[in-house]
Amino acid sequence: MLSNPDLTNPLRADDFNSEVFPTWCPGCGDFAIWAALKNALVKLNLAPHQTVLVFGIGCSGNFASFVKANIFHSLHGRALPAAVGAKLANHELNVIVIGGDGDGFAEGLSHTIQTIRSNVNLTYIVHDNHVYSLTVGQSSPTSMKGFKGKAHPDGYNEFQLNPTALAVSAGGTFVARGFAGDIPHLTDLIVKGVWHRGFSFIDVMQPCPTFNPEMSYDWYRKRVYKLEDKGYAPDNRFKAWEVTQEPLDQKIAVGILYEEDRLILEDNYPQISKTPLVKHDLSKLDISSLLEKYQ
Amino acid sequence: MSERLVTIKIGGEAGFGIKVAGSMLGKIFSRMGYQVFDYTEYPSLIRGGHNTFEITIGEKVHHHIRPVNLLVALNQQTFDEHQPELSKDAGIIYDPGKVKNANAKFTLFAVPFSQITRDVGGSELMKNTVALGALLAVLGANIEGLLSLLRETFGSKGQPVIDMNLKAGSAGYDFAKKNFKNPFAYKVENRPPREQIYVTGNEAVGMGAIAAGCRAYFGYPMTPSSSLLEFVAKNGPKFGMIVRQPEDEIAVLNSAIGAGWMGTRSMVGTSGGGFSLMTEALGLSGITETPVVIFMGQRPGPATGLPTWSGQADLRFLMHAAQDEFPRMIIAPGDQEECFYLTAEAFNWAEKYQMPVFLLSDKNLAEGGKTVPVFDQAKVQIDRGEWVTAEDIKKQGKYLRYKVTESGVSPRALPGTEGGVHLANSDEHDEYGYNVEDVANRNAQMQKRMRKLDNALLQIPDPKLYGPDQADLTIVSWGSTKGPILQALADLSLFPSPSTGEGGRRPDEGGETSSVNFLHFNYVWPFPTPRAVMILEEAKQLLVVENNFSGQFEGLIRQQTGIIPGHHLRKYDGRPFWPEEIVEKVKNILG
Repeated sequence: MLSNPDLTNPLRADDFNSEVFPTWCPGCGDFAIWAALKNALVKLNLAPHQTVLVFGIGCSGNFASFVKANIFHSLHGRALPAAVGAKLANHELNVIVIGGDGDGFAEGLSHTIQTIRSNVNLTYIVHDNHVYSLTVGQSSPTSMKGFKGKAHPDGYNEFQLNPTALAVSAGGTFVARGFAGDIPHLTDLIVKGVWHRGFSFIDVMQPCPTFNPEMSYDWYRKRVYKLEDKGYAPDNRFKAWEVTQEPLDQKIAVGILYEEDRLILEDNYPQISKTPLVKHDLSKLDISSLLEKYQ
Repeated sequence: MSERLVTIKIGGEAGFGIKVAGSMLGKIFSRMGYQVFDYTEYPSLIRGGHNTFEITIGEKVHHHIRPVNLLVALNQQTFDEHQPELSKDAGIIYDPGKVKNANAKFTLFAVPFSQITRDVGGSELMKNTVALGALLAVLGANIEGLLSLLRETFGSKGQPVIDMNLKAGSAGYDFAKKNFKNPFAYKVENRPPREQIYVTGNEAVGMGAIAAGCRAYFGYPMTPSSSLLEFVAKNGPKFGMIVRQPEDEIAVLNSAIGAGWMGTRSMVGTSGGGFSLMTEALGLSGITETPVVIFMGQRPGPATGLPTWSGQADLRFLMHAAQDEFPRMIIAPGDQEECFYLTAEAFNWAEKYQMPVFLLSDKNLAEGGKTVPVFDQAKVQIDRGEWVTAEDIKKQGKYLRYKVTESGVSPRALPGTEGGVHLANSDEHDEYGYNVEDVANRNAQMQKRMRKLDNALLQIPDPKLYGPDQADLTIVSWGSTKGPILQALADLSLFPSPSTGEGGRRPDEGGETSSVNFLHFNYVWPFPTPRAVMILEEAKQLLVVENNFSGQFEGLIRQQTGIIPGHHLRKYDGRPFWPEEIVEKVKNILG
């Protein structure tokens, strides 16, 4: 008897290819995340029609046309609130949100913090290349100090936003960092993120060879190390915080920094405990009891 | 009290439950068989400001009127400030412990509310109950309505609380009965009971949303939409609705669009400032063709403006909000009854045409209470528009989310449907939903989307003509000005028509009546041009009445029909039209 679901699963990564081949630049880290996502969906045994992907706007948002699933390509910075609405409408479907650092940490930062806090059961993957690429090279909140973005010709000197530290302090229940240079490891993080009951946040370090060539795959490889190799247990918020404080230009921990079980947003709504909203029967609504109160 | 209307006003310090007391009064009169219409004024603060509640009652009431016939002064300011609003034969009930040097040329009823409250052992807040008791006694009404309402209202709080309130109400009533023997000019007696409910516009909108099967409501607090958020938060979940207050209005509309895309009926509520934050998402609904219902309670602005007052100055804003062009619909209920039925209908328009649909209300309508016939749920039909199933997709071998069709409507597949991966795209897209920017595709998709509006236009109901088919003057308006205009028309029915040449003769003297009629628009965008042209061209003279500075709807009439209305009455001070202002304007025009 075959017991390994990987062997019985008829899904292949290619099943998630759309009719459009990605328009990303050669060497872009997006290709790796694209591959890891497809691999993860195969591992999760989620067919395209069972998968919901919500995208923001940016190079990562263009992903929407390169993959086959139920897709909502939303506005810049607004993928998370759209995804929350979609999830509440049908919580039986897995929802994965994909955006970039400008999308989630500048335009949509408030939504990022608030959605982490809500602990809605979504997975949020951020293509963090530390630069605005679709608008051809401006600095982002995660740009390295001194980065010469096109709108900062003399260098960008504001404090670099620390997304994983933010997620830990905002009450994140699954905070992870991934690396586009290690597709199997990233695939595993995405699978675990989807399995996690609650909001899973995966900040993915990726190069942009065109607009941020200094932070290349090689640059990252010199700094990246895996938390699991160090015997790290992601069960302590204070320890996780310590890891997030390691200077990015020296060492970059990847893996799950923190994980805990907590009530999810959907638990607050007994009206969907049995049936998702989309399957409610609307033909039997009767507001007579309400009308009586106003007589 | 034959045809005569009675207006009662209660005033006091903010934070002392004036609105609650007023609503109780409305319910008591409604149950006594009267029609009622109420109006609340309050500043944008929690304590220390001046709050008033006004209510007009009678056999037939479209809107509240002034002068005020009975004033209940819970504090000095009320006593001093509102005397100019009173009729000559009006009375003032006041607390001699709170109002110093009370003298006025009106009938005075000194009732020591606070003292009576203390005597029965109640808290200061309970003085409203004492005042309601005294007010009913002065009007010659019986106290039963108040007592049974107190039993219902405090039913869940235990017998001691009920008893204390009953005692307070009765003490106020008995005091007035004992001390004021002379009959007051206005009398309120039980009438034959009516099958009616007493609701605010927002309560009616909330009931309409629940009855229509709205499953997800998102809102961020902002007057005058907060009371809708609170209504659905309290009542929606029992009927299966999820209500969520996210971080801001941007999240509000984006979440509602996400829920709508996933296949539920979703709705948001806001006011001008909040909607300003929603404009980008409005375009998202437009280009992704995702149904959503947007309740917009107008208040004067710009920016923070007059937060707790009313206006009709956001029509053009809603017509043009967000970049470029896409189909949208704007529906403006005129009264609390229309709030219910048109809200339920809004969900059908949104889903049939896969576009954003606005319900355009304002503070007066949103927070004003009115008696209306009990809503008939049988009239609420749910039409969820065109869908494709897994079987359809299998047969066709593909699913085109943005299929170019003659009607402009591309049937939706519920996300999760086998074979039907549903790609909704905020970028311009081809029939599948993929980003495509070429000219032929852009034109095909743009024309497809805009065709939806052409087709919706053929189906939207006509504007409604009130009064005779032919008249010397046709009043034209939209939304909540319906109430004061109908109330003015009731007065004008006694106004002689100048066309008879008789001059000043009343109907019973042989003069012709009803020289004025009224064309009211609920569906303001797309503008129902063909029917509007027919009626407007027939009219001898036009008077456009609206609550804004520049005549937004009057301009729309000119834009869509080429007809130039000869007269207008506009107001932008945050207050509703008083029916007498409209009567006066009509009299000026007709000489």
